[in-house]
Order: sequence, then structure tokens, then C-alpha cells
Amino acid sequence: MKTPSDRNSMTFASITPNEGLKIAVEKGRMGVLGELSESGLKGRGGAGFPTSVKWNLAAAAHDTKKYVVCNADEGEPGTFKDRFILAEFADLMFEGMTIGGFTIGAAEGIVYLRGEYTYLRGHLETVLEQRRKAKLLGKNILGKKGFNFDIRIQMGAGAYVCGEETALIESLEGQRGEPRNRPPFPVDTGFMGHPTIVNNVETFAWVASIIVKGGKWFKHIGTEKSTGLKLFSISGDVERPGVYEFPMGITVDQLLREVGGEGAKAVQIGGASGHCVHQKDFSRKIAYEDIPTGGSVIVFGRQRDMLAVAKNFLEFFVEESCGQCTPCRIGNEKLLEGVELLEKGCCSMKYLRELCSLGETMQIASKCGLGQSSPNAFLSIVKHFQDEIMGRTAIE
Amino acid sequence: MLITERDQLRSEISQFVKKHGGDRSALIPALQYIQQKYTYISEFAMQAVADELDIHPVEVYGVVSFYSFLDCRPKGRFVIRLCRTISCEMQGKDRVARQLENDLGIKFGQTTPDGAFTLEYANCLGMCDQGPAMLVNDQIFSKVTPEKVHDILQGCRQVFGAHAMQRKEEHII
Ligand SMILES: Cc1cc2nc3c(=O)[nH]c(=O)nc-3n(C[C@H](O)[C@H](O)[C@H](O)COP(=O)(O)O)c2cc1C
Ligand code: SF4
Repeated sequence: MKTPSDRNSMTFASITPNEGLKIAVEKGRMGVLGELSESGLKGRGGAGFPTSVKWNLAAAAHDTKKYVVCNADEGEPGTFKDRFILAEFADLMFEGMTIGGFTIGAAEGIVYLRGEYTYLRGHLETVLEQRRKAKLLGKNILGKKGFNFDIRIQMGAGAYVCGEETALIESLEGQRGEPRNRPPFPVDTGFMGHPTIVNNVETFAWVASIIVKGGKWFKHIGTEKSTGLKLFSISGDVERPGVYEFPMGITVDQLLREVGGEGAKAVQIGGASGHCVHQKDFSRKIAYEDIPTGGSVIVFGRQRDMLAVAKNFLEFFVEESCGQCTPCRIGNEKLLEGVELLEKGCCSMKYLRELCSLGETMQIASKCGLGQSSPNAFLSIVKHFQDEIMGRTAIE
Repeated sequence: MLITERDQLRSEISQFVKKHGGDRSALIPALQYIQQKYTYISEFAMQAVADELDIHPVEVYGVVSFYSFLDCRPKGRFVIRLCRTISCEMQGKDRVARQLENDLGIKFGQTTPDGAFTLEYANCLGMCDQGPAMLVNDQIFSKVTPEKVHDILQGCRQVFGAHAMQRKEEHII
């Protein structure tokens, strides 16, 4: 049985510091890209885009300036594994960013740290300073002529939508955090119009680990389409909440056994924008091809009211929608009103169906991932817990 | 605001912006700096930032109003942000909320008359395994219970008291 948040049992703790950076410089850009491609690593921020493809595109782009951006905006409800990495393995993450700079040919890295994590900033600045002193940042890194790279930290200011990569870039440029249309993608037109790779905190830490242990090692863990290991943030009705490392493809059942969450009636996987998985589906796999996730797992015991869960998530989206497009701005308000009707026990089946159809429209018609995924939890709760949420007696 | 205070704010902003490259990407760091120092961003400060970056003040207002950690109205010295996301809710955030309201004598969204505390809700603070969680300015508190609320507030009051005394003395001098 694993213990939660035990740093020493994690793969990241077994990686010799800066070994990855040395190997990267020896192997050269193509060597790094080859290793990443072999590993099958997909983005750990949730969307699961292959990291090697992203880095290849940015490496191939012609521009005098390029950027490496680390997405430390971790705002998805139920996610805290990036906070853990920032506190315990910041050095490895910075090493991954530096390897990124070397590979795509960027001289500047930016960590976009959420405002809520301001208390971690001092620690991160200290680690950066140590790296500068050790000549692991700055000019001619590791004695390699022309390998110049440095990292700065910019703080977010309390907006969940800024975790979306184009909104994040807008925010870095001093704008409101409103997502852009994609394409063009950041690898092509990113920060200040220059090619930019935006990756999750955990993705950078895995890059450094993969360069040390090899793409083959990573590929042989997990499933064919979802390779390797992943950190999970476990909270809710479990005996041992915390951060865990599991292979991709673990079933919900196995995971619950590891964390002491047997007897759950439902599990929310992927945070507020993820899906609510019913007990009957606990044999399903957590993997990009089955139930995808950025690592958020919230467990609901028998006593929990699933309508209250849907309401909590919708309140979140109503507040965090940037308001740029109608399906998301108005749609989430309508869904929330619907939940309030259900709470009072006065929602007809016809209206509930209309709400579900509205939710499906939002999934298609919203401009960014926030609006597209905001109805997921509501729709899956309506689907699996209809007998629980219909025909209620109003609470006075 | 006194003319001299305004001049000082202007020169502070100007220095800050120059240090941060002088272009639009310095906007949010500059606003965060003002927010932290003055607990809010006044209309005058917005105008001064706009002048410095050569943009319209409405652009600045648009940014201030977008981000929940930037405010156009004065806040308390201590901004308390209680996490209301589901994991903290399941761990008893409602009771902590009630105790905070009782002990401070204000509701969520309000500031105490002495300007010491502002009480707000926040979305997920990333402490879901140790809830209920809350931020007091930049400091995080986990596993908060209604009994602990009093001690946390008392700790702040002591700092605030010292601060107020210091100000008074400065005036006397
Ligand atoms: C509303 C929204 C919020 C997001 N928040 C985050 C976040 O906090 N952290 C993160 O790494 N990715 C977040 N993403 C995903 C990013 O847009 C992007 O895909 C990711 O940073 C890419 O990194 P990766 O490929 O390494 O996962 C968010 C996406 C959306 C639509
Ligand atoms: S989907 Fe929502 S968050 Fe995304 S652009 Fe539209 S309104 Fe903004």
C-alpha cells in the first residue's frame, strides 16, 4: 500500500539532478526529440497533446525569439499535484524547462504561477538563484557555447481561465485573460507573437526524467496510447488523501483500493471539467483513451448529495467564465438555474432534457476548453443519478 | 490624496514599469505591486499606469476588473479567502465560514470598519487533501476548524495593532 505525498517513493526523487540536462546537451536537439517521441509522453495538464509533436513544431519554427512557458496556474478543482512538484521537485521542473529551451532554441523561460501560490514564490526564486550560481542558467550553460537560457516567474491574479494556454499568453502580455481562437497555435504565434511552448509543471519534470531513464523505459509503463507514470491528486471521501504516483491505465477500482476509498458511490475524474464516474463503471481505466484526466480525483461516499456536487461545479464555471462567448457565459447560468429548480423539486423531465441538450450545444459551440467542458459534470450526474435528483421535496 | 502622495505614487509606478521592460507586459506586475502596497488600485493609480504605458485608462480598468486578485476598492489589511470548492465543502467549510462571520462581525464580501479584514470566498486553493483551506493574504492555512479561526484572527490582529501603532508614531515624528 502506498502512503500519500511521500516524496521519496516517487520516481522524481530517484533522478540524479541535472543528469538530464547533461545528456540533452550531449545528444543534441534531435536526440532529445527522438527520446521524447519514443517515450510517447503526452501533456500532463489535462489535454494530453503529445509533447514531442509540440516541441518538434516549435523547434522547426524560424524566428529570432522563442519562449518556454511553464503553466503553473493549477486551478482545476481537486488538483494539487503541481503544488507538490513546485514544493518538492522545483529543480527538476526547471531542468525540464531548460532542456526545452535547448531543444527549441529559446533563451527565455517564464513560469506563470497562480496568485494563490504566492507563498511558493520565495522558494522557487531561491532554487532559480542556485541554478544561476551553478551555471545551469545564464550564458553558455554547461560550457556549451551559445546555449543561453534564463527563467523568470510571473504571477497570475486569480483567474482559472488563465490556465488555458492562449489566455495565459494574453495575461503574460498584460491583457485580460480571454482565450484566443486556435489556430494559430502558440508553437507558431505565442508570447509576443513568437513561437512558444506552453507545458504543464509535471510535463517538464517528466521530460527531465525521461532524458535520464530513456524513452523506452517510459513507453513500457502504462497503456499503448497512454504511456508512463502520472501524479494524481486524491481528495474527498478517502482514508488517505494526497498526491500519488500511478501508472497510466490504472482502473478506478485499483486506485480506490490504494487510497482507501472503497465503498465510494461516484468519483469525479478530471476536476470540475471532467466526468463523474458511477460505481458501475469503476472497472474503467484512467487513460487518455478511456477516462482522461490532468490528475484530479475527487471521491464521493454514499452519503453525498450528487446534486450539490453539480451545483458547486456550476457555480464555479459561472464565476470563472471569461464571458467572451454566449454558449459558455449564458449556458452555465441556465444550467445552474436548472440545478436550483431540481433542488426545489420543481423541474419537469421535459425541461431537464432541454437543459441536457443545451449542455451538448455548449460542448460544441463554446470557444475554449472551459465552456466546452463545463457541462460535463452536470451531464454525467444527470445521466447516472437521475433517480437521486428528480422529484425532490424542497428544503425550506 | 495629497499632491505629494500622488507624486510619490507616480514616480513609484514609473520606476517599477521601467524596471520591468517598460512595455504592456509590465502592466499586470505593476498592478499587483500597487495592489499589494495600497490594498487596492485607485482611479488615480490606474491613470498613472496608463500614462506610463501610453495606453488608455479604460484598458487598465478592463484588466483590473477581470482579475479577482485586483481591486478598485480598498480592501482590508488582511484579505481572508476561504476555499469553497467541493473538497473543502465536504470537509466542513460551511462551519468555518460561519465562525469567520461571527468572529469578524461581517458577511462574505465585506470589510471590517477598522479596515483590518476583508472576507471573501475563493475557488480551489489546491489544498483539497487538507481542507478546509483558506488564504490570509499570501499565507495558506489548512485543516482549519471553527476553533482555530479565533487564533488565526488573533495572530493577524496583533500584527495589525503593531502596524497601526507604528503609523501613529510616524505621524508624531
Ligand atoms: C479552462 C482551462 C484551464 C486550464 N488550466 C490548466 C492549468 O491550470 N494547468 C495546465 O497545465 N494546463 C491547463 N489547461 C490546459 C492548457 O491549455 C494546455 O493545454 C497545457 O498547459 C499544455 O501543457 P501540457 O501539454 O504539458 O499538458 C487548461 C485548459 C483550459 C481550457
Ligand atoms: S468558452 Fe467560456 S471561458 Fe472560453 S472563451 Fe468562451 S466564455 Fe470565455
